[in-house]
Amino acid sequence: MLSSAAILNHMVQYSRSRFDASFGALSDATRRGVLEQLGRADASITALAERFHMTLTGMKKHVGVLEQAGLVSTEKVGRVRTCKLGLRGLEEEAAWIEDYRHLWAARFDELDIVVEELKQKEKANGREKRK
Amino acid sequence: MDVRRESETTATKNRTEVERKSEREVVVTRTVNAPGRLVFEAWTKAELFQRWWVPKSYGLTLLSCEMDVRVGGQYRLVFRHEDSTMEFFGTYLEVTPHSRLVWTNEEDDGKTITTVTFDETAGKTLLVVHDLYPSKEAVDTGSSGAMPEAFDQLDELLANL
Repeated sequence: MLSSAAILNHMVQYSRSRFDASFGALSDATRRGVLEQLGRADASITALAERFHMTLTGMKKHVGVLEQAGLVSTEKVGRVRTCKLGLRGLEEEAAWIEDYRHLWAARFDELDIVVEELKQKEKANGREKRK
Repeated sequence: MDVRRESETTATKNRTEVERKSEREVVVTRTVNAPGRLVFEAWTKAELFQRWWVPKSYGLTLLSCEMDVRVGGQYRLVFRHEDSTMEFFGTYLEVTPHSRLVWTNEEDDGKTITTVTFDETAGKTLLVVHDLYPSKEAVDTGSSGAMPEAFDQLDELLANL
Protein backbone atom coordinates (compact mmCIF):
# COMPACT_ATOMS: atom_id res chain seq x y z
CA MET A 1 0.00 0.00 0.00
CA LEU A 2 1.59 3.17 -1.12
CA SER A 3 4.86 1.35 -1.03
CA SER A 4 7.43 3.33 0.81
CA ALA A 5 9.94 3.22 -2.01
CA ALA A 6 7.25 4.59 -4.30
CA ILE A 7 6.45 7.47 -2.01
CA LEU A 8 10.10 8.32 -1.66
CA ASN A 9 10.44 8.11 -5.37
CA HIS A 10 8.03 10.98 -5.63
CA MET A 11 9.70 13.00 -2.98
CA VAL A 12 11.78 14.82 -5.49
CA GLN A 13 12.46 17.67 -3.14
CA TYR A 14 15.18 15.73 -1.44
CA SER A 15 16.92 14.80 -4.64
CA ARG A 16 16.46 18.29 -5.91
CA SER A 17 18.09 19.76 -2.86
CA ARG A 18 21.01 17.37 -3.19
CA PHE A 19 21.19 18.21 -6.83
CA ASP A 20 21.21 21.91 -6.01
CA ALA A 21 23.91 21.25 -3.46
CA SER A 22 25.92 19.50 -6.13
CA PHE A 23 25.59 22.40 -8.51
CA GLY A 24 26.36 24.85 -5.76
CA ALA A 25 29.48 22.86 -5.01
CA LEU A 26 30.50 22.89 -8.65
CA SER A 27 29.95 26.59 -9.13
CA ASP A 28 33.35 27.38 -7.66
CA ALA A 29 36.57 27.05 -9.64
CA THR A 30 38.65 25.93 -6.66
CA ARG A 31 36.16 23.21 -5.79
CA ARG A 32 36.13 21.99 -9.38
CA GLY A 33 39.91 21.92 -9.20
CA VAL A 34 39.78 19.92 -5.98
CA LEU A 35 37.52 17.34 -7.61
CA GLU A 36 39.84 17.12 -10.56
CA GLN A 37 42.78 16.65 -8.21
CA LEU A 38 41.00 13.98 -6.20
CA GLY A 39 40.10 12.26 -9.43
CA ARG A 40 43.82 11.61 -9.86
CA ALA A 41 44.62 10.67 -6.29
CA ASP A 42 43.33 10.98 -2.74
CA ALA A 43 44.82 13.91 -0.86
CA SER A 44 44.94 15.37 2.60
CA ILE A 45 43.33 18.73 3.30
CA THR A 46 46.80 20.12 4.00
CA ALA A 47 48.06 18.96 0.61
CA LEU A 48 45.01 20.42 -1.11
CA ALA A 49 45.46 23.71 0.72
CA GLU A 50 49.07 23.89 -0.44
CA ARG A 51 48.23 22.87 -3.97
CA PHE A 52 45.61 25.63 -4.26
CA HIS A 53 47.58 28.20 -2.27
CA MET A 54 44.96 28.50 0.40
CA THR A 55 44.76 28.49 4.16
CA LEU A 56 43.81 25.24 5.85
CA THR A 57 40.58 26.83 7.06
CA GLY A 58 39.67 27.96 3.57
CA MET A 59 40.26 24.51 2.13
CA LYS A 60 38.31 22.88 4.95
CA LYS A 61 35.33 25.02 3.97
CA HIS A 62 35.54 24.02 0.33
CA VAL A 63 35.89 20.37 1.20
CA GLY A 64 32.92 20.73 3.56
CA VAL A 65 30.75 22.02 0.71
CA LEU A 66 31.85 19.17 -1.55
CA GLU A 67 31.24 16.68 1.23
CA GLN A 68 27.72 18.00 1.83
CA ALA A 69 26.96 17.54 -1.83
CA GLY A 70 28.16 13.95 -1.61
CA LEU A 71 30.91 14.62 -4.12
CA VAL A 72 33.76 14.08 -1.71
CA SER A 73 34.17 11.92 1.34
CA THR A 74 36.77 12.41 4.02
CA GLU A 75 38.30 10.16 6.57
CA LYS A 76 40.43 11.13 9.49
CA VAL A 77 43.28 8.82 10.28
CA GLY A 78 45.35 10.05 13.18
CA ARG A 79 45.88 13.73 12.56
CA VAL A 80 45.43 13.63 8.83
CA ARG A 81 42.09 14.07 7.11
CA THR A 82 42.20 12.39 3.75
CA CYS A 83 39.79 13.39 1.01
CA LYS A 84 38.64 11.27 -1.85
CA LEU A 85 35.93 11.40 -4.44
CA GLY A 86 32.59 10.60 -2.85
CA LEU A 87 31.48 7.01 -2.98
CA ARG A 88 28.09 8.03 -4.15
CA GLY A 89 26.75 4.51 -4.11
CA LEU A 90 27.51 3.91 -0.46
CA GLU A 91 26.42 7.33 0.63
CA GLU A 92 23.21 7.08 -1.28
CA GLU A 93 22.43 3.79 0.40
CA ALA A 94 22.87 5.39 3.83
CA ALA A 95 20.92 8.45 2.75
CA TRP A 96 18.19 6.24 1.38
CA ILE A 97 17.80 4.33 4.64
CA GLU A 98 17.64 7.63 6.46
CA ASP A 99 14.93 8.87 4.08
CA TYR A 100 13.00 5.69 4.61
CA ARG A 101 13.29 6.07 8.35
CA HIS A 102 12.28 9.71 8.15
CA LEU A 103 9.14 8.85 6.22
CA TRP A 104 8.13 6.16 8.66
CA ALA A 105 8.99 8.21 11.73
CA ALA A 106 6.77 11.01 10.41
CA ARG A 107 4.00 8.54 9.71
CA PHE A 108 4.23 7.00 13.14
CA ASP A 109 4.21 10.38 14.83
CA GLU A 110 0.86 11.04 13.21
CA LEU A 111 -0.30 7.51 13.97
CA ASP A 112 0.43 8.25 17.64
CA ILE A 113 -2.03 11.13 17.49
CA VAL A 114 -4.75 9.01 15.90
CA VAL A 115 -4.23 6.16 18.34
CA GLU A 116 -4.19 8.53 21.31
CA GLU A 117 -7.60 9.81 20.20
CA LEU A 118 -8.90 6.26 20.02
CA LYS A 119 -7.59 5.63 23.52
CA GLN A 120 -9.33 8.73 24.88
CA LYS A 121 -12.54 7.82 23.09
CA GLU A 122 -12.46 4.32 24.55
CA LYS A 123 -11.87 5.71 28.01
CA ALA A 124 -14.78 8.13 27.66
CA ASN A 125 -17.04 5.36 26.40
CA GLY A 126 -16.02 3.13 29.31
CA ARG A 127 -16.97 5.88 31.72
CA GLU A 128 -20.31 6.31 30.06
CA LYS A 129 -21.08 2.60 30.26
CA ARG A 130 -20.35 2.54 33.96
CA LYS A 131 -22.89 5.28 34.62
CA MET B 1 21.52 17.99 14.29
CA ASP B 2 18.51 20.11 15.02
CA VAL B 3 16.04 17.41 14.15
CA ARG B 4 17.59 15.00 16.59
CA ARG B 5 17.57 17.53 19.39
CA GLU B 6 13.92 18.18 18.75
CA SER B 7 13.03 14.52 19.03
CA GLU B 8 15.01 14.22 22.23
CA THR B 9 13.07 16.95 23.95
CA THR B 10 9.79 15.29 23.02
CA ALA B 11 10.90 12.10 24.67
CA THR B 12 7.47 10.49 24.37
CA LYS B 13 8.11 9.60 20.74
CA ASN B 14 9.32 6.09 20.25
CA ARG B 15 12.24 5.33 18.02
CA THR B 16 11.64 4.16 14.46
CA GLU B 17 14.19 1.62 13.25
CA VAL B 18 14.81 0.75 9.64
CA GLU B 19 16.88 -2.12 8.42
CA ARG B 20 17.60 -3.27 4.92
CA LYS B 21 17.42 -6.99 5.50
CA SER B 22 18.39 -7.96 1.99
CA GLU B 23 18.45 -6.51 -1.49
CA ARG B 24 14.68 -6.80 -1.71
CA GLU B 25 13.57 -6.43 1.90
CA VAL B 26 13.21 -3.48 4.22
CA VAL B 27 11.99 -3.87 7.79
CA VAL B 28 10.66 -1.01 9.88
CA THR B 29 9.96 -1.37 13.60
CA ARG B 30 8.28 1.00 16.02
CA THR B 31 6.46 0.69 19.34
CA VAL B 32 3.13 2.46 19.77
CA ASN B 33 1.91 3.18 23.28
CA ALA B 34 -1.50 1.60 22.88
CA PRO B 35 -3.09 -1.84 22.78
CA GLY B 36 -2.96 -3.83 19.55
CA ARG B 37 -6.66 -3.54 18.82
CA LEU B 38 -6.50 0.28 18.71
CA VAL B 39 -3.38 0.31 16.59
CA PHE B 40 -4.96 -2.25 14.28
CA GLU B 41 -8.04 -0.04 14.01
CA ALA B 42 -5.89 2.88 12.89
CA TRP B 43 -4.41 0.67 10.15
CA THR B 44 -7.68 -0.76 8.87
CA LYS B 45 -10.26 2.04 8.95
CA ALA B 46 -9.90 4.30 5.94
CA GLU B 47 -10.96 7.43 7.82
CA LEU B 48 -8.20 6.83 10.38
CA PHE B 49 -5.56 5.42 8.07
CA GLN B 50 -5.64 8.39 5.74
CA ARG B 51 -4.89 10.71 8.61
CA TRP B 52 -1.42 9.35 9.23
CA TRP B 53 -0.16 7.30 6.27
CA VAL B 54 1.00 10.30 4.33
CA PRO B 55 2.77 12.72 6.66
CA LYS B 56 1.69 16.31 6.22
CA SER B 57 5.29 17.43 5.84
CA TYR B 58 5.59 15.50 2.55
CA GLY B 59 3.40 17.89 0.61
CA LEU B 60 0.96 15.28 -0.62
CA THR B 61 -2.78 15.79 -0.71
CA LEU B 62 -4.96 12.75 -0.36
CA LEU B 63 -7.76 12.88 -2.92
CA SER B 64 -9.41 9.59 -2.03
CA CYS B 65 -8.86 6.52 0.11
CA GLU B 66 -10.84 3.33 -0.29
CA MET B 67 -10.00 0.26 1.75
CA ASP B 68 -11.88 -3.02 1.74
CA VAL B 69 -9.97 -4.72 4.51
CA ARG B 70 -10.67 -8.43 4.12
CA VAL B 71 -8.81 -11.24 2.41
CA GLY B 72 -9.03 -10.55 -1.32
CA GLY B 73 -10.33 -7.02 -0.70
CA GLN B 74 -8.80 -4.10 -2.57
CA TYR B 75 -7.50 -0.73 -1.55
CA ARG B 76 -6.88 2.36 -3.63
CA LEU B 77 -5.38 5.66 -2.58
CA VAL B 78 -5.12 8.68 -4.82
CA PHE B 79 -2.80 11.57 -4.03
CA ARG B 80 -1.83 14.79 -5.56
CA HIS B 81 1.80 15.88 -5.42
CA GLU B 82 2.43 19.27 -6.96
CA ASP B 83 1.00 18.92 -10.48
CA SER B 84 0.75 15.18 -10.70
CA THR B 85 -1.55 12.59 -9.18
CA MET B 86 -0.38 9.23 -7.93
CA GLU B 87 -2.44 6.13 -7.43
CA PHE B 88 -1.58 3.32 -5.14
CA PHE B 89 -3.56 0.13 -5.12
CA GLY B 90 -3.40 -3.51 -4.25
CA THR B 91 -5.03 -6.45 -2.51
CA TYR B 92 -5.20 -7.66 1.07
CA LEU B 93 -3.80 -11.17 1.30
CA GLU B 94 -4.17 -11.71 5.04
CA VAL B 95 -6.25 -9.95 7.64
CA THR B 96 -5.91 -11.28 11.18
CA PRO B 97 -7.58 -8.84 13.58
CA HIS B 98 -5.23 -7.12 16.00
CA SER B 99 -2.18 -9.10 14.97
CA ARG B 100 -1.37 -9.31 11.27
CA LEU B 101 -2.00 -7.62 7.92
CA VAL B 102 -0.55 -8.58 4.56
CA TRP B 103 -1.18 -6.68 1.34
CA THR B 104 0.22 -6.33 -2.12
CA ASN B 105 1.13 -3.10 -3.81
CA GLU B 106 0.51 -3.34 -7.50
CA GLU B 107 0.87 0.01 -9.20
CA ASP B 108 4.47 -0.63 -10.24
CA ASP B 109 5.88 -3.46 -12.30
CA GLY B 110 5.87 -6.47 -10.06
CA LYS B 111 4.26 -6.71 -6.68
CA THR B 112 5.56 -5.42 -3.42
CA ILE B 113 4.29 -7.42 -0.46
CA THR B 114 3.92 -5.68 2.86
CA THR B 115 3.46 -7.64 6.06
CA VAL B 116 2.59 -5.81 9.24
CA THR B 117 2.56 -7.55 12.60
CA PHE B 118 1.08 -6.08 15.77
CA ASP B 119 2.67 -7.54 18.88
CA GLU B 120 1.13 -6.34 22.12
CA THR B 121 3.00 -6.46 25.42
CA ALA B 122 1.83 -4.70 28.58
CA GLY B 123 -0.51 -2.36 26.73
CA LYS B 124 2.09 -1.38 24.13
CA THR B 125 2.25 -2.60 20.59
CA LEU B 126 5.40 -3.40 18.67
CA LEU B 127 4.82 -2.83 14.98
CA VAL B 128 6.98 -4.63 12.46
CA VAL B 129 6.50 -3.57 8.86
CA HIS B 130 8.20 -5.85 6.41
CA ASP B 131 8.33 -4.75 2.77
CA LEU B 132 9.35 -7.32 0.19
CA TYR B 133 10.02 -5.57 -3.11
CA PRO B 134 9.95 -7.40 -6.44
CA SER B 135 13.55 -6.45 -7.22
CA LYS B 136 16.54 -4.61 -5.89
CA GLU B 137 15.82 -1.89 -8.46
CA ALA B 138 12.33 -1.35 -7.07
CA VAL B 139 13.83 -0.59 -3.67
CA ASP B 140 16.52 1.65 -5.06
CA THR B 141 14.14 3.90 -6.98
CA GLY B 142 13.80 5.68 -3.67
CA SER B 143 17.30 7.09 -3.95
CA SER B 144 19.30 7.48 -7.12
CA GLY B 145 16.35 6.57 -9.27
CA ALA B 146 14.34 9.47 -7.94
CA MET B 147 15.84 11.88 -10.41
CA PRO B 148 17.89 9.71 -12.72
CA GLU B 149 18.09 12.33 -15.42
CA ALA B 150 19.40 14.87 -12.94
CA PHE B 151 22.13 12.54 -11.74
CA ASP B 152 22.98 11.62 -15.29
CA GLN B 153 23.43 15.29 -16.02
CA LEU B 154 25.58 15.62 -12.96
CA ASP B 155 27.70 12.66 -14.01
CA GLU B 156 28.18 14.24 -17.40
CA LEU B 157 29.15 17.50 -15.82
CA LEU B 158 31.66 15.78 -13.58
CA ALA B 159 33.07 13.81 -16.47
CA ASN B 160 33.68 17.03 -18.36
CA LEU B 161 35.50 18.82 -15.57
